[in-house]
Amino acid sequence: MFDNLSTKLDRAFKTLKGQGSITEINVAQTIKEVRRALVDADVNYKVAKTVTDKIKDEAMGRDVLIAVSPGQLMVKIVHEELTELMGGEKQDINIKGDPAIILIAGLQGSGKTTFTGKLANYLKKQNRQVLVAACDVYRPAAIEQLKVLAGQVGVDVYTNMEEKNPVKIAQEAIAFAKQNHKKVVIIDTAGRLAVDEAMMNEIAEIKRAINPTETLFVVDSMTGQDAVNTAKTFNERINFDGVVLTKLDGDSRGGAALSIRAVVEKPIKFISTGEKMEALDLFYPDRMAQRILGM
Amino acid sequence: VGKSKVDEEVLDDLEEMLVHSDVGVGTTIKIIKRIEDRVARDKYVSTNELDKILREEVAALLEENNSGKGTEITVPAGIKPYVIMVVGVNGVGKTTTIGKLAAQFHKAGKKVVLGAADTFRAAAVDQLIIWGQRVGVPVISHGMNTDPASVAFDAVKKGVEMDADVVIIDTAGRLHNKVGLMNELTKIKRVMQKFIEEAPHEVLLVLDGSTGQNAVLQATEFTKATDVTALAITKLDGTAKGGVVIGISDEFKIPVKYIGVGEKIEDLQIFNKYEFVDSLFSRKK
Ligand SMILES: Nc1nc2c(ncn2[C@@H]2O[C@H](COP(=O)(O)OP(=O)(O)OP(=O)(O)O)[C@@H](O)[C@H]2O)c(=O)[nH]1
Ligand SMILES: Nc1nc2c(ncn2[C@@H]2O[C@H](COP(=O)(O)OP(=O)(O)OP(=O)(O)O)[C@@H](O)[C@H]2O)c(=O)[nH]1
Ligand SMILES: [K+]
Ligand SMILES: [Mg+2]
Ligand SMILES: [Mg+2]
Repeated sequence: MFDNLSTKLDRAFKTLKGQGSITEINVAQTIKEVRRALVDADVNYKVAKTVTDKIKDEAMGRDVLIAVSPGQLMVKIVHEELTELMGGEKQDINIKGDPAIILIAGLQGSGKTTFTGKLANYLKKQNRQVLVAACDVYRPAAIEQLKVLAGQVGVDVYTNMEEKNPVKIAQEAIAFAKQNHKKVVIIDTAGRLAVDEAMMNEIAEIKRAINPTETLFVVDSMTGQDAVNTAKTFNERINFDGVVLTKLDGDSRGGAALSIRAVVEKPIKFISTGEKMEALDLFYPDRMAQRILGM
Repeated sequence: VGKSKVDEEVLDDLEEMLVHSDVGVGTTIKIIKRIEDRVARDKYVSTNELDKILREEVAALLEENNSGKGTEITVPAGIKPYVIMVVGVNGVGKTTTIGKLAAQFHKAGKKVVLGAADTFRAAAVDQLIIWGQRVGVPVISHGMNTDPASVAFDAVKKGVEMDADVVIIDTAGRLHNKVGLMNELTKIKRVMQKFIEEAPHEVLLVLDGSTGQNAVLQATEFTKATDVTALAITKLDGTAKGGVVIGISDEFKIPVKYIGVGEKIEDLQIFNKYEFVDSLFSRKK
């Protein structure tokens, strides 16, 4: 795809022959190709438009004679721009507080429960006392699933099979954590669609009731154009602190990462790269930019 | 649009709209080309007519495989049990779709048996058992961390013994780029065939409606590994449009049979391409 894109761009630059630098006239077709490549990588088309407009400004007047090919120079400029967009200050997860409370939210099947287990494992390895709380009262066997994962990583899990109100379970779990000297409580919640008013009210209510140290939005890296809608709505309702991008062990381009970053301006804090509890990594903007461009 | 004639600008808007519904650049260009051809042929096409033409052209891409009336999985007379294997990447909605599908067959008076061949994902077996209880159909399981192929074999065998009409096999979610896990699917199929040569009679690939262009690669690899016969698109109760399926259906000639529109037992609908195309274009901009 990297060769692909730069070859395409070379072709688009054919009008450039004999000219030493990138100009308004010769860059138009190239910008269109870049935009299409981004959209094919599932970057939201509006975001792709904004990004390519910026890239165009950046590229204008650049000397192409020093580059191996104008296409490659263009790819380099695009890569730099994407890296910068997704980068900025690297932000770690905030676990200050006694206990620190981490709220996990997102769409159905995005990987929340699995991530809850992984984060518990990650923090446990830093010698922290971790409790996970099973607040998905809807999905069949969701509580059992979290129990199994907590068992695998060796952390305690708070459940209350009788209680049907997730707000109450979350509050109980925090009280339990305080009594039992846990330093971090991770709250797993049910998957919900951004258009589901009742469920969005519920997650907002959970957040209000427990005042978490950190709220993380978990999103599937295979998500298409809708990533923007979802991230926007969740951000409006729960003002999350960071994003977790999952299933990056697949071969999706992961354009959603760029879209979300551009639309809500929240950092991506973790990436999930497998089903096993160890498959958790930090986010590197540079690698993500390469991935989106198929480099 | 405020314009009366289809021109470059109108087509650019159209491209944006299609791409925004996850139709993908390739398929979008194909659709636009078809419209350009028609505009050239019919000389003058108003923007009012464009809507209709667009619907027709998109529906045509789905045409060969989908009748407008809808095409659920029908159990042919003389095949008993009819074995359906359900596959897809992680978290798309396989197990839930199986629960809903079982409910539909059950309601239609068919005897259904479920096979819990996802023995890997935490509490996957419990999840299917709960669905089995909800619907009121038996679930064949060997518990977690057992061989999925032998669960599938056993489910088919039990299906025969119990005189079932339909056996539905749940499988673990797997990403299509994992060769070992894809081979496992082929093995599950092969082992079932030791008992019923033609099994599975259907392989239902479940795609998440919010997935972007990666769904094309999913369709490619699952088709290679299992000869997919039908598609189900889930989570269309949200704002995602699932447009990627147009290209997939066209390229692989696999019919879309179901859409998932919620988490409840009744939230499975038979795919209707006209309604699907309508919802694609009903977006408020
Ligand atoms: N390959 C892969 N699979 C993952 C990853 N993260 C989660 N999964 C799988 O994705 C599926 C869904 O994960 P869950 O953790 O159940 O997702 P969830 O968001 O809790 O789902 P709901 O509670 O139903 O909304 C499961 O099969 C997980 O094993 C990942 O990074 N890579
Ligand atoms: N809103 C909505 N949610 C759905 C739909 N179908 C499934 N879900 C939800 O999506 C999540 C994942 O569904 P599962 O059926 O567990 O998915 P799966 O493909 O079996 O997942 P794995 O076995 O982990 O790969 C659950 O929370 C389901 O309730 C749907 O059509 N609409
Ligand atoms: K998903
Ligand atoms: Mg969960
Ligand atoms: Mg499942």
